[in-house]
Amino acid sequence: MSVNGTLIQLFHICPREMWLHTHGINMEHTSETVYDGKLLHETSYSQRPEKYTEITLSACFNNIPLTGKIDFYDAKQKIIHETKRSDKAEVAHEWQAKFYIWLLLLNDIPDVQAILEYPKLRTSTTVQLTSHDILHLTNTISTIQHLQQSDKCPDKIQSKICKSCSYYELCYIEE
Amino acid sequence: MKKSYYLFNPGRISRRDNSLKFTPVDDLGAEGAPRYIPVESVDNLYTFGSLDANSALYNFLGKEQISVHFFDHYEHYTGSFMPKDFLLSGKVIIAQTEHYSNSSKRLSIASKFIEGAAFNILKNLRYYNNRDKDTSVQIDTISQMTPQISSARSIEELMGVEGKIRLTYYQTFDLIINDFEMGPRTKQPPSNEVNALISFLNMMCYTLCLDMIHHTQLNPTISFLHQPGYRRYSLALDLSEIFKPILVDRLIFSLLNKRQIQTQDFDHQLNSCLLKENGRKKVVKAWDDKLNETIKHRSLGRNVTYKHLIKLECYKLVKHILNIEEYKPFKAWW
Ligand code: SF4
Repeated sequence: MSVNGTLIQLFHICPREMWLHTHGINMEHTSETVYDGKLLHETSYSQRPEKYTEITLSACFNNIPLTGKIDFYDAKQKIIHETKRSDKAEVAHEWQAKFYIWLLLLNDIPDVQAILEYPKLRTSTTVQLTSHDILHLTNTISTIQHLQQSDKCPDKIQSKICKSCSYYELCYIEE
Repeated sequence: MKKSYYLFNPGRISRRDNSLKFTPVDDLGAEGAPRYIPVESVDNLYTFGSLDANSALYNFLGKEQISVHFFDHYEHYTGSFMPKDFLLSGKVIIAQTEHYSNSSKRLSIASKFIEGAAFNILKNLRYYNNRDKDTSVQIDTISQMTPQISSARSIEELMGVEGKIRLTYYQTFDLIINDFEMGPRTKQPPSNEVNALISFLNMMCYTLCLDMIHHTQLNPTISFLHQPGYRRYSLALDLSEIFKPILVDRLIFSLLNKRQIQTQDFDHQLNSCLLKENGRKKVVKAWDDKLNETIKHRSLGRNVTYKHLIKLECYKLVKHILNIEEYKPFKAWW
């Protein structure tokens, strides 16, 4: 099983969410959020595709296959652009971006930066990769790989973000 | 908000852009005025009259994740068109199968279903006992039987306990319902109004459970209490045990006692009794209203509809079979 950007992001939001996702326990797309996300993609950056390229990357690190798909990569400026709906999971978004920078590095493309954009909030953050981050990512991918193979679902995180998580009902339904 | 559509009249259904077009056709083949239903508002279709449709329509329904449930002239459920499974998890299927084939794991889930059913039955009886209907004898009998649920050593034994509880429970129907006699429970065909309502609504409940299961990763053909294959989707039978007392029986009591349904709503034959079309419409309307009623859920702290309770039950089962959390059956707390 490979580790990709989505799993890196999910892991930093909630390991349980990542575990459920990785085991095919997905929730139905009944909510408006899916629609909303699609709309954001279509309207905010309709002029982008010409300037940026979409790239798919893979690498192998410590025998763990890594993959990633970057929607908007500016090869000239060496900048990854990621758009996000809300900054609720900003730390997770940053790790996902760092993972992509690392993937590029593993493919011999150094000195890449990422810009996370939140069009709804009209803000953006610049992300860079440090050697300390690489260490963290190394640990993270081995933890993720371990979780993928584990039969034990991680505990609930009992956090405020649970209320807006698609697994909320699954996690919190009791009797 | 998506909803169920009930097609009572015979007719033809087809796709028109992103809408479903229903054209009623009477016995003589004359077409009535068509009705258009926007597809994004449709959760599922229940068809009681004969329906004409082509494969293009079913392809469209399948893509839109809309199921269709069919009933024959005698109000029997005859089958469903289900969209291709869309929430599949190999992990869940394997775990569900494992919990079926391991007899102690299976028994443990099966007994929870009966435990939930018995609790909800007692809840109904206590409610009426507090309202001048003396059901105390049956309350005592059933209460004495409940320890047998957890001590049952086999599915057969469990089914035996369930049968006895249900028999005792049905005795109270004549006490609770004012102007109608139920007598012994008769199914095929139902012999009187009460039996007709029980049969019809039990089937609606089964279909509802099937629909809810289909929106989760559970496989509806692998059941724990009922023998898989007894009916094709036997897990829906398992789940409906828990919800019948709360959804079906309470509705029957109130429909009859509030005289919303009366003798003239039934078609009485020599030894059978079925709902007339008009009566069926009233019952279905009341059922649909009931399912959309909401209650504040204890552990979620959110308002949920009665219908949604069934999906939540599926989530609990998923957690149980994945060894995340032990399954506790739904028990009406209000
Ligand atoms: S509801 Fe909370 S605990 Fe459950 S998966 Fe979502 S974030 Fe994690």
